[in-house]
Amino acid sequence: MRPFTYERATEPRAAVAAVSRAGAGAKFISGGTNLVDLMRLEIERPTHLVDISRLPLKDIEELPDGGLRIGAQAANSDVAADRRVRTRYPVLSQALVAGASGQLRNKASIGGNLLQRTRCLYFYDTAAGCNKRDPGSGCSAIDGVNRMHAILGASDACIATHPSDMAVALAALDAQIESLGAGEAARRIGIGEFYRLPGETPHIETILQPGEMITGVVLPPPPAGRQIYRKVRDRASYAFAVVSVAAIVAAERGTISAARVALGGVAHKPWRSLEAEAALTGRSATIATFRAAAEAAMANAVGRGHNDFKIELAKRTLCRTLAVATEPS
Amino acid sequence: MSVSTVADAKDAEIATKAAHIALTVNGRVRHLDLDLRTSLLDALREHLHLTGTKKGCDHGQCGACTVLVNGRRINSCLTLAVMHEDDDIVTIEGLGSPGALHAMQAAFVERDGFQCGYCTPGQICSAIGMLAEVREEWPSHVTIDVASPHIALTDNEIRERMSGNICRCAAYPNIVAAIRDVADGARR
Repeated sequence: MRPFTYERATEPRAAVAAVSRAGAGAKFISGGTNLVDLMRLEIERPTHLVDISRLPLKDIEELPDGGLRIGAQAANSDVAADRRVRTRYPVLSQALVAGASGQLRNKASIGGNLLQRTRCLYFYDTAAGCNKRDPGSGCSAIDGVNRMHAILGASDACIATHPSDMAVALAALDAQIESLGAGEAARRIGIGEFYRLPGETPHIETILQPGEMITGVVLPPPPAGRQIYRKVRDRASYAFAVVSVAAIVAAERGTISAARVALGGVAHKPWRSLEAEAALTGRSATIATFRAAAEAAMANAVGRGHNDFKIELAKRTLCRTLAVATEPS
Repeated sequence: MSVSTVADAKDAEIATKAAHIALTVNGRVRHLDLDLRTSLLDALREHLHLTGTKKGCDHGQCGACTVLVNGRRINSCLTLAVMHEDDDIVTIEGLGSPGALHAMQAAFVERDGFQCGYCTPGQICSAIGMLAEVREEWPSHVTIDVASPHIALTDNEIRERMSGNICRCAAYPNIVAAIRDVADGARR
């Protein structure tokens, strides 16, 4: 691990000012469950750390419109266990407990979960080319072992996937990210705009500006319908998604009145499928409808060899999730 | 304290390569001069010589380094020691001693919940943290309905909740039995 300097922030504006003052090599650190690992591997090489883990941003608050605001420093496990989240946003609770391990969920923050880096093996292998780790060095995954890689929205520069389960649920819930910028300006960013596709600059993963810090996540009032998160992975627990689906579906007398669909493990960001939603809304809740929605979701999917199977797997996972979501209760 | 708190940016004092910190471990305050890069795990093992906590993968994947911080189980390899001033840290050495075992330690012995023993301190700290989470009715991935306020601690729930602790000897059935004994005993 490279040497760094360290300071501890107790107030959000001071934290942002501290990173801004320290310049390009500065990073925020919270739970550290991803960053410390990447620092040990010298993939991340911050010269200065601002510890934001003690900021008073841990609460989950009711909003006047019936939504919730989750502080960015809340632990993943606290959000998963929150009574309001479990009853009103069960897809978020399900996604959180589908990720990582008990130990990691206790330490990892909500803001850190959003900003965790890809688990692409070539990103981790410093002997391999990786445009995300080392811009301009190429992508070893495209012609490499790419079983876990993206099938949607990828580029010739990067086919990595975003590893978060939580972010997939947040995409289906139309969550907004609250942040504080280096100029101390606060803003809200819809999760649909928050993440970037890789394009030619896969090292730039979100629209956050240098020194901008996530302060919270806002959940709009819960949408109508049954909420389900379904994760398919290589072992029963403690593994990243091969494919996952967050679905929120309202059906009345066998007809779908509203649908939200987001997929994980398929792209550089949580992948909301408006195409699938359009193919569901107003249609009868039948397997033919689900299959049509799945075909619509995957219409532009591209396999890279080892991950070709994920296209059909994503379709089937979506169909199964929709079938469960529309089962008569 | 040589670690700065940035309340007033102008007065910020920044720790450079090393810091003098106080860690509260197993109820005792311990003063340490540490390179800032030192993980909590290395501080425990290499500086405080509490070698019960084990280094397996050093990447948060195996759980051998699990300790309790403020009552919650975490991977001590993935956190910097300097971030844990004022925290209440409990390691396997703080749970029991050979003459006075913690109920979970006794259950692991009784049920033969190990073979080589390397993962065992982490398994035991994790199991104690896990049962506290169940007492707080936290849901898990195998909980049928996360909205349900009550958690039934089935063997499947124990396995899922312990998935962050790997046992290469595969003593899993006996580990589950040991944890079940303690959970059932606590219920009586």
